[in-house]
Amino acid sequence: MDKTLHSLADAVSVIPDGATIMIGGFGGSGAPIELIHALIDHRPRNLTVINNNAGNGHIGIAAMIEQDMVAKMVCSFPRSKDPRAFTERYLAGKIELEIVPQGTLAERIRAGGAGIPAFYTPTSFGTELAEGKPVEEFEGRSYVQERWLKADFALVKAERGDTHGNLTYNKAGRNFGPLMCMAAKNTIVQVSELTQPGAIDPETVITPGIFVNGVIEVQNPAQEEVLNLAEAVYP
Amino acid sequence: MTQIDDIKLSNAQIAWRAAQDIDDGAYVNLGIGFPEMVARYQREGCQAIYHTENGILDFGAPPAPGEEDWDLINAGKKAVTLNPGASFFHHADSFAMVRGGHLDVAILGAYEVAETGDLANWSTGRGGVPAVGGAMDLVHGAKRVAVITDHLTKKGDPKLVSKCSLPLTGVGCVTRVYTSLAVVDIEDGHFVLREKLPAISFDDLQALTGATLHTTDTVGDLIVPEL
Repeated sequence: MDKTLHSLADAVSVIPDGATIMIGGFGGSGAPIELIHALIDHRPRNLTVINNNAGNGHIGIAAMIEQDMVAKMVCSFPRSKDPRAFTERYLAGKIELEIVPQGTLAERIRAGGAGIPAFYTPTSFGTELAEGKPVEEFEGRSYVQERWLKADFALVKAERGDTHGNLTYNKAGRNFGPLMCMAAKNTIVQVSELTQPGAIDPETVITPGIFVNGVIEVQNPAQEEVLNLAEAVYP
Repeated sequence: MTQIDDIKLSNAQIAWRAAQDIDDGAYVNLGIGFPEMVARYQREGCQAIYHTENGILDFGAPPAPGEEDWDLINAGKKAVTLNPGASFFHHADSFAMVRGGHLDVAILGAYEVAETGDLANWSTGRGGVPAVGGAMDLVHGAKRVAVITDHLTKKGDPKLVSKCSLPLTGVGCVTRVYTSLAVVDIEDGHFVLREKLPAISFDDLQALTGATLHTTDTVGDLIVPEL
């Protein structure tokens, strides 16, 4: 078994117009910048993007939005230091937004990966984000039914990976990565170091390779925060 | 009536008062912004363990400028460091800690708090780009959900009200409010005054509060050091 992908361009070339894509990261932490920028070069359109945020500055997801590739964002917090790319299009009615509480977003993705179509959560009960959703009482408290979230593709950044797709992450860069790997039909992961099977202690594997379709090594990956401090723009 | 601006607590002093109720070893989530100040004023000998939604338990002070690791940030996207005993976990585990009742305390800001414990703190309802983050999750599950806030809005209206007028973050979720004038518990759908600044009379405080302040036998003096 060898899930190695040999170029960033090849890795994202399978992503068509209209695809639903989960993109890992919380702000810049864990954001797979190189995969996103390869996707911008490939330029599919009418995408639905699932991420905690909606881009910052003029790189990464913000650059995808600026290139008019994104029809809809599913996220919890579409604000950042420089959210202009999303904000301008949203206020002009050019991009759709599904706002999801952060923990509900995580659990919907987990449910999608775990084969659980719906679950009940106390989050958002009695608020406008629960409007139209079924409510049930359990042990005297009210809970809102939320549905699984799945995707055609996931683009995720991990730290070490092996050719079977086993992954470890770097610190809080883990965030949505393990969940998104589970919830997409085709999960593409960039790793800082790609190793042979056996090089990662099984006790330390965070994402087992069964959830990963392709891995590509990107040494010394860019950090969104560092790029933004340098006022980078892509392309 | 006393000039409120002359006697009211500063944000740092409100944060200090809230910090006095945090026990050693408590698992605590502090909301982004003003609530983050609470961590500065822990009691002597008390070390709480701070949780951040993006997957860290027991993070510490900010690093020195230039020492930032941008995979080591808190929910406010600010760089942090780790204390010995810290751990990382993914987002679903992080919110399992929140909703699953594992946190001892969550401390949040507020636009409005109702006597029923309803909280409005995520949307001013005026359009623009909506953004909720983890606020709606954090109000459920922590053993205590406390709010720190000025007693009044910038316009001088009460923030403690009978019913929230702004979009709700959660229903019946707040258990205690630390304001610039008082400490108020929420019990059985009522505001119960626990402490007030000695410089304000009960009647004046009631006049600045949008619902009835109930009292039990003793109301303590809210005494906070200069900070």
